[in-house]
Amino acid sequence: MMFSLENITNSIHEWLYANLNATLALIIEFAIIGVLVIGLFAALGLVLIMMERKVSSWMQLRLGPNRVGPGGMFQTVADTIKLIVKEGMTPDRVDKLLFNLAPFIVMVIAMVVMAPIMFAKGFQIWDINIGVLFVLAVSSISVIGILIAGWASNNKYSLLGAMRSGAQIVSYELSAGLSVLAIVVLSGGLRMSTIIDAQQTGWWLFKGHIPAIIAFVIFIIAVTAETNRAPFDLAEAESELTGGFHTEYSGMKFALFFLAEYVNIFVVCAIGATLFLGGWMPFHIGNWQAFNHVMDYIPSSIWFFGKTFLLIFIIMWFRWTFPRLRIDQLLQLEWKYLLPISMFNLLLATVVAIAGWHF
Amino acid sequence: MGAGSLIALMIAAIAFSGIALLISKFVLKATTNKQKGEPYECGIPTTGPSRIQFNVGYYLFALVFLIFDVELIFMFPWAVVVKEVGWLALFEIVIFLFILFTGLLYAHKKGALTWK
Repeated sequence: MMFSLENITNSIHEWLYANLNATLALIIEFAIIGVLVIGLFAALGLVLIMMERKVSSWMQLRLGPNRVGPGGMFQTVADTIKLIVKEGMTPDRVDKLLFNLAPFIVMVIAMVVMAPIMFAKGFQIWDINIGVLFVLAVSSISVIGILIAGWASNNKYSLLGAMRSGAQIVSYELSAGLSVLAIVVLSGGLRMSTIIDAQQTGWWLFKGHIPAIIAFVIFIIAVTAETNRAPFDLAEAESELTGGFHTEYSGMKFALFFLAEYVNIFVVCAIGATLFLGGWMPFHIGNWQAFNHVMDYIPSSIWFFGKTFLLIFIIMWFRWTFPRLRIDQLLQLEWKYLLPISMFNLLLATVVAIAGWHF
Repeated sequence: MGAGSLIALMIAAIAFSGIALLISKFVLKATTNKQKGEPYECGIPTTGPSRIQFNVGYYLFALVFLIFDVELIFMFPWAVVVKEVGWLALFEIVIFLFILFTGLLYAHKKGALTWK
């Protein structure tokens, strides 16, 4: 393979350990990881916000941002500069410590969750043996950041928004966890590399047929709710609650919440792509060698990001297709439909896995 | 990379957020006045305390969630070994999910899953 991130990282690793002592090499590697992830954050913020606005404008038959740069490409950069020069206000009666702590919590969670994601073949920060469980466990801490932000703001809108957000995130975590479990049962491991290797001959969405497709649909619905996106965005329903939990946040503090929100969308879509669409695995059709070889020539990182952005596009599509739910409808959907369905789907997946009825 | 990478990521996140906040603090010149520090309520003066009572329903759902989330954690070790254990694993999880589902039905019967 001409273009392989695995070879680049391996040669950097070997060069560092050959020329420097172990401690210094480790520190330099950690610094490289930190810089790369911050770079990924900045790039994702710019690309996803731009994509959101362009997809929205495309679906509403309008132009969208088109003034700054070619085709409006630098609109997000201009917005970032605007947010930097705006004052990050702290209102008088807020709990100052918690108010300023909340954006940090949300950002730290969004960044730590990046660790087990496999961006390309052999290109991963840490292949944790409990990979999927780690992502589920750590990403659920971000609800604490949201509750802190809502409570500390000393604002009625913020408090109500944070409560709604909390109820919604914890509820949909159950069906997200159960649909992830269905894939864990099929592939027999929590480690990201194990799950991807199990999809060598085909992606679980196709290989696992009925249980995998049901799990995929439930997973997409659940992560849309967990990331507080429309049609489940009643935590920040503009017409009722102004801005939800971040009503009182402005300037750079607001920008951090906004960035973490978009990075969370990327993370859940990356997990979805890894579990159901085979991560970096190229698309293969049975024994059609010629086709499979052509597919193998596309670098694995392009496969991974292509699948992830496909899922992000689907989630953005939802926003302009479905009307917003009420809180009682939202909780009813989860507790009376999705949770029982995903429980039975788990049994179905178990039968399929034990009997070996998948391809 | 080991567990140290998590600490590296945490430091990176704190540094990123901290530097962004510091830059914006140095760039602008903040002003204060009495109206500016008021809680935002779309322009009208706030009435009463801002930390209001909220619906008890949120608390009920949090309690039900807690039970189900703990059950979910027990299923992860099971899910890893399903293929090795075979049909016995299916038998066990049927019993486990039956008890869990009975709990869900009980909560439904008690009206805990209806938003009031």
